[in-house]
Amino acid sequence: MGAEKTGVSRTNMLLVVEQFLNGLQFGLLLFLLAAGLTLVFGIMDLVNLAHGSLYMMGAYFAATFVAWSGSFVFGIVLALGATLLLGIVLEIVALRHLYGRDHLDHVLATFGLILFFNDLVRLVWGPAGLALPLPAWLTVPVQIVPGVFYPAYRLAIIVVALAVALMLYLVVMRTRIGMLIRAGASNREMIGALGINIKLLYTLVFGLGAALAGLAGLMQAPILTVQIGMGENILILAFVVIVIGGIGSIRGAFVAAILVGMIDTLGRAFLPDLLRRILSSAAASTAAPALSSMLIYLLMAIVLVARPEGLFPANRR
Amino acid sequence: MTSSFNLRNAVAAIVVVGLLLLPLFSQATGNVFVLTLFTRIVIFALAAVSLNLIMGYGGMMSFGHAAYLGIGGYAVGILAAEGFGSGFIQWPVALLASALFALVIGALSLRTRGVYFIMITLAFAQMAYYVASGLSRYGGDDGLTIYKRSTFGGLINLSNRVQFYYLCLFCLLGGVFLVWRIVNSRFGLVVQGLRSNEQRMQAIGFPATRYQLVCFVIAGTMCGLAGALLANNTDFISPAVMYWTRSGDLMVMVILGGMGSLFGPVVGAIVYLVLEEFLSQVTEYWAMIMGPLLLLIVLFGRGGIMGLIGRFSRG
Amino acid sequence: MRTAFLLAGALAIAFGQSAIAADTIKIGFIETFSGPTAPIGIDARNAFELALDHIGRKMAGKTVEVIYEDDQQKPDVGKQKTEKLIESDHVDFLVGYNWSNVLLASLKPAVDSKTFLIAINAGPSQLAGELCSPYVFSTSWQNDQTPAAMGLYMNQKGIKSVFLIAPNYAAGKDRLGGFKSTFKGTVLGEEYTVWPTQLDFSAELAKARASKAESMFVFFPGAAGVQFLNQYVQAGMRGQIPLYTDSMVDELSLPLQKENALGILGVQQWVNDLPNEENRRFVADYRKKYPGLRPTFYGSQAYDAVPLINSAIVAVKGDLSKKDEMRAAMEKADFKSVRGAFKFGNNHIPIQDFYLQDVVRDADGTLSLKTVVAVVKDDQDRFHDKCPMK
Repeated sequence: MGAEKTGVSRTNMLLVVEQFLNGLQFGLLLFLLAAGLTLVFGIMDLVNLAHGSLYMMGAYFAATFVAWSGSFVFGIVLALGATLLLGIVLEIVALRHLYGRDHLDHVLATFGLILFFNDLVRLVWGPAGLALPLPAWLTVPVQIVPGVFYPAYRLAIIVVALAVALMLYLVVMRTRIGMLIRAGASNREMIGALGINIKLLYTLVFGLGAALAGLAGLMQAPILTVQIGMGENILILAFVVIVIGGIGSIRGAFVAAILVGMIDTLGRAFLPDLLRRILSSAAASTAAPALSSMLIYLLMAIVLVARPEGLFPANRR
Repeated sequence: MTSSFNLRNAVAAIVVVGLLLLPLFSQATGNVFVLTLFTRIVIFALAAVSLNLIMGYGGMMSFGHAAYLGIGGYAVGILAAEGFGSGFIQWPVALLASALFALVIGALSLRTRGVYFIMITLAFAQMAYYVASGLSRYGGDDGLTIYKRSTFGGLINLSNRVQFYYLCLFCLLGGVFLVWRIVNSRFGLVVQGLRSNEQRMQAIGFPATRYQLVCFVIAGTMCGLAGALLANNTDFISPAVMYWTRSGDLMVMVILGGMGSLFGPVVGAIVYLVLEEFLSQVTEYWAMIMGPLLLLIVLFGRGGIMGLIGRFSRG
Repeated sequence: MRTAFLLAGALAIAFGQSAIAADTIKIGFIETFSGPTAPIGIDARNAFELALDHIGRKMAGKTVEVIYEDDQQKPDVGKQKTEKLIESDHVDFLVGYNWSNVLLASLKPAVDSKTFLIAINAGPSQLAGELCSPYVFSTSWQNDQTPAAMGLYMNQKGIKSVFLIAPNYAAGKDRLGGFKSTFKGTVLGEEYTVWPTQLDFSAELAKARASKAESMFVFFPGAAGVQFLNQYVQAGMRGQIPLYTDSMVDELSLPLQKENALGILGVQQWVNDLPNEENRRFVADYRKKYPGLRPTFYGSQAYDAVPLINSAIVAVKGDLSKKDEMRAAMEKADFKSVRGAFKFGNNHIPIQDFYLQDVVRDADGTLSLKTVVAVVKDDQDRFHDKCPMK
């Protein structure tokens, strides 16, 4: 009885480790999405609801280019480039006219863009959605701890996202352009006064945000989905992340994204068991994901009421 | 200036007359669908009118207004499922629940401003959405079928399409009237003053938050009524009615019609939903037209449709 | 000007609807044509069109007109489209409804308007029981039946414990309920996933592994099924815990699951290699009309809706006002179904055989489904007593 108990608790530990990794993976994907959003919001003061559409386009481009080129890696690189380009074009053609306007105007205009992109995708790729199959070398399970296999691809997501986060950190903290970005986040008028080409900077920042969103979209594509409207659910979480983290703060976005990813994943994994003690299995399974989603919004509400600038405010004027 | 005033009023009058005569038109042509469509439009117009009160006049950009549609709707649905079919019980509960929800989240949200206010109202609406999704007993995400509409003891039969339509229209006109009275009252002038310059109003001595909160609660309650009507209209309620994109739809209707104008939200709701229905019959890809249209309106059509009418006649 | 436009638009809607021609039979077809499960709707539509071709697109001399609508896999949208088909298009028959939650939301408008509804896939327990209606017929099966049959099979094989996973909506709950009604071993876990958005099953797979169950029984239709199977293999669980499935392996998912699907067992009331003549014609003609595609059980059920409706129309010689006679004709199930002959129960749910299906490699190397054995014959759902109809 005693040996069996330790056996069960050991498997529970492994379950926790696995879920921890899943939460980390989801949090990192959220970070990639939120980083672009917080930069655009912080520097250009633009509320971009169409950020989720860029996420979707990244996934669609990836599925298309991988199928066309026959190579997973090459297709991904092409897709990233395409999303970057799309972001730049979008900024130049449509979004830069919104700078300086009321946030409500941003909301309405970018909401219109969401509608447009969803239908554009339907026109070009059809209503059914696409699939992005993994190459064989990424489908092997990796034994990270004796007895616990974690899919290689999910490990790859964690590694790549962490690497991108690190690169972003280095760029923002250690390069001149990063300094301009940080300065822009805290005092927009100042960098204009310094004679920097604001328009170019803004376009580049938007393009960067688009590429990050596209990267998040294409990375989750093989294991989750490539379909119309896929950005809407995760966009709202990205907004929650940047509010909790502090608008304009990449560091805040990182911490908040990991936090939100963990709450969501661990909540969905362990809440049903907790609830099952008081509810039936089906009722517990209905209530649990709802509850863990609610926790995230509750956290945001608390942050907004107690510390509206977020956990790591970008020292706004 | 007087000419633009008259033209906007004329448009409003035509809209009201058109809505009043619609059931006759429907019976004359034997087209039941147009009556069902406009019942839905009238209900959403009521929701848009309530949102306009806080957004257009009060300057409070609430991104969670669709939550009240759900609260009102679920009050009716849950009570109906538990055997309380009388509208005399259901509807007051719907209104009360909406008012309470608005009171609580208004009190919390109004401590914030600007984009943070937008986000926190969104957060609370999403929470309401998830609560509804989590109610296994009432269908969760599958939704809840309402087998019998609210009964009012023989006073009115909601299953009769024409009677139900006129009830909804009566509520809409009542809502517009209420907003008109509020906006032109001393209370309303304070709220509008708060929208343009809060610091000045507070310096004069008005407790900003209290005024805004009252406005918020009134708007929430009115939208809760729209929710109760919606549940009866569709004989069904599901969490989907509260999802954030639906709040976005409501905002679009208000802005499209013209924020801060009395009949703007009504016109906006009619145009948005008729376009959606009409365009979707013309082309499958109607959103590709609607999307850029919204963008253009933001960039060029300040003040929405009513604003355009005003400028057109002045020009 | 603006009001004029609005009025014009309203008039256009009013007159845009086609005049009610007495010489056509109007059928409203609701399925999912967007999103990841669109291939199912497309397969159903393909099969339905093929069936219409087979009868020359006429029933009792009248031309058949079909209006297709997309329910987007959402109950509220399905309901809206149902109402539009009834009120705006004035259809004589409603056919479709893949998802149990969409069907449950759409029942009331159909029944209230006394429009015949043929459910070609969804089979919620409520429909078989208290919500049964004289106007609703099913060409599929009641959700509980396939998992119940699998439970029987697993008993026969002596499996002692199982871990259950299904999506959290009406059908998911029905399936696991049906399984538990026959399985005699221990249920070591019962997990419901968020439907339809959850496509990441790592948490549930991890719990299944941790439970040390002898087997897993899982229900995931459509794209979710593809993802689940692939994640199951990627997590290295293939050798550890055998998987028994419901609706997870079909001709649509096989090309995406590839070798992962080999040897995975399922239960169905129709498999593409059933030897009756009607089925052979169906499968052969489907593959001819739609090159590169093979029909699934979804298609087989959509196909059967046509001869079912036809039997009613022929019985009343095209007079659609004789609803009672039409119903009586349909209740006889007097047509050649691709699954072989079957009868209707009092609740208009078929009483039929269920087969074990396996995934094997053909002689030419392609993966296909093969009938292994009939697990249960003339099986009737366990809710028919709750239906007040006789």
